[in-house]
Amino acid sequence: MTVLVLLDHEEGQIRQASRSAVQAAATLGTVHALVVGDEAAAGAAAKIAGVEKVLLATDPALAHELAEPVATLLVSLAGDYSHIVAAATATGKNILPRAAALLDVQPIPDVVEIVDADTFVRPIYAGNALATVRSSDGKKVLTVRAANFDPAPADGGTADVATLAPVASPATSQFIAVELSQSERPELDSARVVVSGGRGMQNAENFRLLEPLADRLGAAIGASRAAVDSGFVANELQVGQTGKIVAPELYVALGISGAIQHLAGMKDSKVIVAINKDPEAPIFQVADYGIVGDLFTVLPELESALG
Amino acid sequence: MKILVPVKRVIDYNVKVRVKADGSGVETAGVKMSMNPFDEIAVEEAVRLKEKGAATEIVAVSIGVQQAQDTLRTAMAMGADRAILVLTEESPEPLAVAKILRALVEREQPGIVLLGKQAIDDDMNATGQMLAGLLDRPQGTFASKVEIEGESVRVTREIDGGLETVSLQLPAIITADLRLNEPRYASLPNIMKARKKPLETIAAGDLGVDVAPRLTVVKVAEPPARKAGVMVGSAAELVEKLRSEAKVI
Ligand SMILES: Cc1cc2nc3c(=O)[nH]c(=O)nc-3n(C[C@H](O)[C@H](O)[C@H](O)COP(=O)(O)OP(=O)(O)OC[C@H]3O[C@@H](n4cnc5c(N)ncnc54)[C@H](O)[C@@H]3O)c2cc1C
Ligand SMILES: Nc1ncnc2c1ncn2[C@@H]1O[C@H](COP(=O)(O)O)[C@@H](O)[C@H]1O
Repeated sequence: MTVLVLLDHEEGQIRQASRSAVQAAATLGTVHALVVGDEAAAGAAAKIAGVEKVLLATDPALAHELAEPVATLLVSLAGDYSHIVAAATATGKNILPRAAALLDVQPIPDVVEIVDADTFVRPIYAGNALATVRSSDGKKVLTVRAANFDPAPADGGTADVATLAPVASPATSQFIAVELSQSERPELDSARVVVSGGRGMQNAENFRLLEPLADRLGAAIGASRAAVDSGFVANELQVGQTGKIVAPELYVALGISGAIQHLAGMKDSKVIVAINKDPEAPIFQVADYGIVGDLFTVLPELESALG
Repeated sequence: MKILVPVKRVIDYNVKVRVKADGSGVETAGVKMSMNPFDEIAVEEAVRLKEKGAATEIVAVSIGVQQAQDTLRTAMAMGADRAILVLTEESPEPLAVAKILRALVEREQPGIVLLGKQAIDDDMNATGQMLAGLLDRPQGTFASKVEIEGESVRVTREIDGGLETVSLQLPAIITADLRLNEPRYASLPNIMKARKKPLETIAAGDLGVDVAPRLTVVKVAEPPARKAGVMVGSAAELVEKLRSEAKVI
């Protein structure tokens, strides 16, 4: 079996989540990788351990990875593959279901475990249940949760890069602009430590009080939906059912109550710390270590204890 | 312009879902059901577009059992003009839902189909993208802003690194994310009015769509429980435990 993995890239690099997708795909068969619109990223993809061949699509119509042309491209390539895989990122979730529909396939999103070539485990109901599903489709189209598969090493591969011919696609959608947040911190979905704040942070200014702690721990910063909706931080920091799914070594939740939708995004973290003034807050039910107290008092104490 | 809004009846988001002892699914008997929260946001957006004069008619659609009528009445109480219930024995998979919606789109010819980004029961996040593919129409998924500009629609999308803006030629498919708007509560007079709005029922079979599932559920299980943690008295004690016991810092 040969599997095609659509890779997410950023500034000439392959995102770590996509290396996890490669690792997952390698358990199914030989891995070919598809990189859209970035030659440098194709070079990086060729070095990933386990990638046998890289397909590079350079057609200008594919720049910005709009779903319409990329799904068309995937369909044109699909004939050679048993599975089409991507990381469950915004890009993967935007493109793969569209390609699946064109192939008359029911996609399998957010796979957390591959049982065999046809059988996969995926969370449903915000992670309150795990469904094992068997697909009867001839071809499988899946997105995988990066947090559940170790990333394939970025080095060690020596794949050839083949450049693809352009595909015809109607230009009914047009890229206008992108606003990416600049941050020196590790990426939220692959950070070793995540420090998250909720409504308890009160406002945007107070939310920044988490930065020294995050700096000290080399952590990414996350947030609850309430913190994002209240405008304390940008949308891409939301952790949860409909935000980022994270599983760091250490997750520190400050002023977060622990609604199931939030837990859905972080309860697979190795160690969870919760700081909340309400002893009944549900976050304590999943926390390994809890402190009941005012976070504005505990935070400076924590920083000084860390030294 | 007409807007079609697919709304799904799901277990209410406040309910703590329980897995059935025999592993065949989750407990639904006697459980509170509501409109999928993302679909409320989609309905709200459609109503606002109509209030702004950008849309003329809003048609809510649900695919599922008879009780999905309640969900459609809610959509009409929020401002949808009429509703269509496509009757099936259970809620079909996104591929089948997308095929049913395609048949309705061909009949109704809406300028926009505005879906939720994700149903909070199956968490698929797929139907809108699939419908767009089947219809060969442009898609604006995970929308946090929707602006009609003549023959096109500008959609701001929530992506992993921030926000992306695309312009789609109409007709188009849009899926609503959490921050698109805050849905209104239906007022009592509007709930009363909604009872008189037209609700058409169609048997899925009459649309000629094959709804047979492609995925067989082998089993549904509880996720592994986390073992109980401990409360610590101070930040210093926490740091000590993280260093020497958990060894994560
Ligand atoms: C369809 C849907 C999808 C959703 N998706 C997500 C998602 O992806 N991610 C997500 O996070 N949520 C999501 N939610 C929202 C979720 O249900 C909760 O509303 C949200 O997580 C609450 O955020 P919070 O814990 O910050 O706020 P609250 O629930 O308001 O909790 C604030 C907490 O801070 C504590 N606190 C206040 N002041 C202090 C202080 N000084 N010191 C210490 N503690 C303090 C309080 O005791 C309280 O426990 C979703 C909801 C829906 C309906
Ligand atoms: N049975 C259904 N009836 C009506 N709309 C649906 C149904 N299933 C899915 N949808 C729509 O598709 C969106 C995404 O659902 P899903 O792809 O299942 O996560 C939902 O938010 C609804 O707008």
